[in-house]
Amino acid sequence: MTFPDGTEALRDVSFSVDKKEFVTVVGPSGCGKSTLLKIASGLLERTSGELEVDRDHLGYVFQDSTLLPWRTVTDNVLLLAELHNIPLADRKQLARDAIDLVGLTGFENHYPKSLSGGMKMRVSLARTLTLKPPVFLFDEPFGAVDEITREHLNEETQKLFLREGFAGLFITHSIGEAVFMSTRVLVMSARPGRIVAEFVVPFDYPRKPELRFDPEFSKLSGEVSHALRGGYG
Amino acid sequence: MTLPDLGQASETISPLAGIDASAAQAVDDNVRQAAFRPKSRGRELAETVLPPLVLGSLVIAAWYFISYGVLTEARRFLLRPPHQVLQVGFLDWENFSEILLGLWSSARVATIGLSISIAIGFFLATLMSQAKVVERAVFPFMVALQAIPVLAIVPLISFWWGTGQRSRIVVCVIISLFPIIVNTLFGLQSAERGIHDLFTLHHANRLTRLRKLMFPAALPAIFAGLRISAGLSVIGAIVGDFFFGKGGVGIGQLLRRYANNLQGEELLAAVIMSSLLGVAVFLLFGWIQNRAVGRWHDTTGA
Ligand SMILES: Nc1ncnc2c1ncn2[C@@H]1O[C@H](COP(=O)(O)OP(=O)(O)OP(=O)(O)O)[C@@H](O)[C@H]1O
Ligand SMILES: [Mg+2]
Repeated sequence: MTFPDGTEALRDVSFSVDKKEFVTVVGPSGCGKSTLLKIASGLLERTSGELEVDRDHLGYVFQDSTLLPWRTVTDNVLLLAELHNIPLADRKQLARDAIDLVGLTGFENHYPKSLSGGMKMRVSLARTLTLKPPVFLFDEPFGAVDEITREHLNEETQKLFLREGFAGLFITHSIGEAVFMSTRVLVMSARPGRIVAEFVVPFDYPRKPELRFDPEFSKLSGEVSHALRGGYG
Repeated sequence: MTLPDLGQASETISPLAGIDASAAQAVDDNVRQAAFRPKSRGRELAETVLPPLVLGSLVIAAWYFISYGVLTEARRFLLRPPHQVLQVGFLDWENFSEILLGLWSSARVATIGLSISIAIGFFLATLMSQAKVVERAVFPFMVALQAIPVLAIVPLISFWWGTGQRSRIVVCVIISLFPIIVNTLFGLQSAERGIHDLFTLHHANRLTRLRKLMFPAALPAIFAGLRISAGLSVIGAIVGDFFFGKGGVGIGQLLRRYANNLQGEELLAAVIMSSLLGVAVFLLFGWIQNRAVGRWHDTTGA
């Protein structure tokens, strides 16, 4: 992928994500991770290469929550249902389920300005969930929330993944987050982004929070971190 | 009179905005801080009301001083003392009802003018938001139009539209159109890039995007623009009335007549009432704004 100004953002990136797979891409800032998702989603036109994505009801969670400030939580969650003309009769139940899934019951009538960053991200997740997307793209959705909230959200995302069985492609800076949730971790190099390593994560689902203190977990995280460093030099 | 420039229009800096916002803020803070700051509601109120009251008293004192201390008996007609203005201008029903009727006539002109401005302004701004080329084409002319001093085109207006109600309305529109266009356009373009991406991703068409994203996002700016334009349309109506004498007598005609006849008391009363009309309109639109977007938008000072 090369931008009009000559910036080469991605080179030789090749991988596939199947249903019931959760693949995480880690890489240094500016290596082209967002670009990768934009190409996958069709927001950006690729300049070379091949691509095949099931874009019917594609789920895409952005780096920030992108909520509409004039809509309540419920109405924000229902935005995509409206855009996809899902029948009015089904929407109420759809919103209730999605809000329940992300644990925001009780906040249905709040406006975004009265929600914390983590809660906004949950609304954004719930909004995407209403589409029951077979393919789910995440662009560093929890980059802006604190460590504890992030771990919480990781556990919830994992639950959603197990329940919905989508094909997940998750971008992050955080190695712990990557290893905890994924079936596979891809490591990208600095720009132009290439995939320099791939790790299969062997732990069984559902993964418990305590897994983070498991020596095996630390060992794998260390290896990913090492590969990531190698990618810099 | 000066029209607000582009920057002011979009940021809605206005001396009145400060007053209104601080009053709202005071009430708000009161609720929020009551728990941990022992400050009574009465004291809060005193702190907001007292300063303008004191200043107002000082102004009236200075007014008396000028009327009696500076002006000689023969020249006192230039500035009648406050109580005479009150007696002749406000308490004499014959005079006061004349002023009220004039205000009513001008308020009607302002309402019609503002409505036309809103219609034209929304239409143009929406068009400009949909096609950059329209924005590029129209914008320079809008800037030019708002840069023309109204005085300079008064002869032209009366040449084309006569000296009746229609010309007054034209002045109103010319004065109040620009802030509506600028603010509406600014608002329509204010939605975040990320949210636009979301709409693109889900194949929203132009109309859906306009209806569900751009228009609601524009509301705070639209109301800010309306607030400015509403005030300006009152000024436009009065200025227009001042120059165009045919048809119903508005407050502008009265101002002119009172000045010519040296009716100082009525003149001052009419000036005060015009200013009150402006303030009322400004507050009214602030209230509407708060009702419309206050729930989700932090309206700070706008
Ligand atoms: N429209 C564009 N035109 C030119 N260069 C661009 C454009 N968009 C992104 N880039 C460049 O491409 C590179 C990759 O950008 P991208 O946003 O994909 O990085 P990223 O890996 O998501 O970074 P971060 O982790 O900070 O979000 C960056 O160096 C950026 O400067
Ligand atoms: Mg990015």
